[in-house]
Amino acid sequence: MARMNMVQALNSAMDVMLARDPRVVILGEDVGYFGGVFRATEGLQRKHGEHRVLDTPIAEGGIIAAAIGMGANGLKPVAEIQFADYIYPGFDQVVSELARLRYRSAGDFSAPVTIRTPCGGGIRGGQTHSQSPEALFAHVCGIKVVMPSNPYDAKGLLISSIEGDDPVVFFEPKRIYNGPFDGEPHKPASPWSTHPRGEVPEGHFTVPIGRAEIVREGSEATILAYGTMVHVAEAAVKMARVDAEIIDVRTMAPLDVDTLCTSVCKTGRCVVVHEATRFGGYGAELVATVQEQCFWNLEAPIQRVAGWDTPYPHAFEWEYFPGPGRIAAALKLVTEAR
Amino acid sequence: MPPRSRLHVPSPPARPGQEPDFSYLQISPAGLVGRPDVIAAAREIEELSVQMVRVLGEDHRAVGPWNPHLEPEELQVGLRHMLLTRLFDDRMQKIQRQGRISFYIKSTGEEAVAVAQGMALQPGDMLFPSYRQQGLHVVRGRNLVDLMCQCLSNTRDMCKGRQMPIMYHWGSGKIFSISGNLATQFPQAVGWAMAAAIKGEDHIAASWIGEGSSAEADFHHAMTFAAVYRAPVILNLVNNQWAISTFQGFAGGEQRTFAQRGPGYGIPGIRVDGNDFLAVYAVTQWAAQRARQSGGPTLIEHVTYRAAAHSTSDDPSRYRPKEEWRAWPLGDPIGRLKQHLIALGEWSEERHAKLEKELEAHVTACWKEAETFGTLSGGPALDPLTMFEDVLKEMPPNLARQREELRALRDTPAVPQGVTPTLVQKG
Repeated sequence: MARMNMVQALNSAMDVMLARDPRVVILGEDVGYFGGVFRATEGLQRKHGEHRVLDTPIAEGGIIAAAIGMGANGLKPVAEIQFADYIYPGFDQVVSELARLRYRSAGDFSAPVTIRTPCGGGIRGGQTHSQSPEALFAHVCGIKVVMPSNPYDAKGLLISSIEGDDPVVFFEPKRIYNGPFDGEPHKPASPWSTHPRGEVPEGHFTVPIGRAEIVREGSEATILAYGTMVHVAEAAVKMARVDAEIIDVRTMAPLDVDTLCTSVCKTGRCVVVHEATRFGGYGAELVATVQEQCFWNLEAPIQRVAGWDTPYPHAFEWEYFPGPGRIAAALKLVTEAR
Repeated sequence: MPPRSRLHVPSPPARPGQEPDFSYLQISPAGLVGRPDVIAAAREIEELSVQMVRVLGEDHRAVGPWNPHLEPEELQVGLRHMLLTRLFDDRMQKIQRQGRISFYIKSTGEEAVAVAQGMALQPGDMLFPSYRQQGLHVVRGRNLVDLMCQCLSNTRDMCKGRQMPIMYHWGSGKIFSISGNLATQFPQAVGWAMAAAIKGEDHIAASWIGEGSSAEADFHHAMTFAAVYRAPVILNLVNNQWAISTFQGFAGGEQRTFAQRGPGYGIPGIRVDGNDFLAVYAVTQWAAQRARQSGGPTLIEHVTYRAAAHSTSDDPSRYRPKEEWRAWPLGDPIGRLKQHLIALGEWSEERHAKLEKELEAHVTACWKEAETFGTLSGGPALDPLTMFEDVLKEMPPNLARQREELRALRDTPAVPQGVTPTLVQKG
């Protein structure tokens, strides 16, 4: 075991896979010589060679298309899109090509491409470096969508993504690259070295895709969250003094319905939390699924806490961010409803 | 009046009712364009992107340095493949008109592009076609029954009923899956070629798009990535003059040739008479040799003419002169190769008529066989429950649940039995 922050854990996952499997290649803007703008690929080109870790032109559509071609030719490409906000030029290649290749060719062709991309706000990124577009991708059948909330899961899930035969869009909440973040920007940052999930095996291990995790057991309500918001939810539970169960969804698609709904059926109350905008967000899918499965166990309307339905504003980041206060208020609302 | 800007809206030289006019087309005489060494620097051979490589002269003789010197037997095979492609297209068009398939796209007039290129490449080379290169399947020996069953979405459909007609694929034949989106496979072919180079293999990739879809960003991505990594790939731009109703000027062909885009990226651009089987074969062979010797990519512009409608849903008489195809200065690829073989003393009208009859009978027999695997209106049908397969490698729980929902619906007596999905009739 070693102490790792999330960037180091991701780096370790790619390092392990480059060493284990000659088919693995990394490609993306600035990922090679420089090691990536967030340092996730630092040292990998030096260690594994410039044919395995490729710097690319600034063309997200080209990066994803090239990765598809490489995947169809027997490689296991891991493409980095520098910010999730920049993924849209490659959206057609994901939706119409990557996600459909296996289906439209009835299994004759497939491209096991993993697309890593940093998402989320809280880093003064304004509206072009803060978005959380997971709902856009979770809506597309034929890809898996993953978002880890800690270094251990980040490494284990990334290795699962690379080893799998299906395409994966792997969102990395960049606000928690260096430490868990509880939604209070003015408090001193806490590092991953003091968090139990900052302890990560140095070698190969996997965390299965498609499984949610109960990160805090509780009896009075269930919070469904993922990414950065898992840590914000923990702070909100303390603030509201509600014994809430917190579930880290981890995989948006395919969704672990059983873990989520078993918890909500037990607690009878549910708050769904994400950083992305609320309208048509991934939370709507969670709410719909929970009410279908748990309707007769529900004691209160399910609440959603999400980013406002505006672009992410540079100057009002913390007014925009769904912090622990808003989650605590929602917890009060669902637990006090009679 | 002060000077003002004025929007230029390209307009084709002739519309319905007007005389066809191809005076815009720059044509080099056969045999006149030089053939550079395959490892020549892109900047030294820029003139290839402006001139037009042609081998077959007016007298039907092969001339000049690009003559690939193919044996008569090979030429006869090429003629046979082109003729079979055309007869297959004609038959499928008729079948669509009878309502027996939902949609079709012909390659009439462009057969030399797919057939000559398919023959000039190696069996291990990976092909990423658009929807108008069915000749590639013919060259690689695909059973026509398989293509027909795909168009029928029947029980032998390689796509399991998931794709519109002609969106074929063939893993073992190294022909990639056609998505139906335009130009998306151009940069994927480059990625495939990059992987071949990373693995140190000598297979190359080739891809095809139309001049119309060269306006997509994917074209730029493909050219950039191919140039940057010197990927072993042949990027083919089939300039058939028409993208449904918009002429090639709307894709940017008024000021420069499409081949001239190559040198802009540092890639050789070759403009070839796309209806000259020998010229297409020769430039493909040149580009393939270059790619295999680490010379990197080549952009080939095939100057040809879309003699048929865009698809069975299209009516070209509404936007171009009816007689335009007859006036096309580069003629018919099949007629030209036939005349060349006759000039060589290796073919005759009688042999041609006999071959045509033989191939027609072959197409008929294939169609009869294809129908035994199911038609739109009857016979064996695909199980709709298969629609849940192949979304991911293993079926996820939500799809397993939905499959059971559909199974229950299917098995409920209230729902009419034997309901199978039929495709929307287009055109």
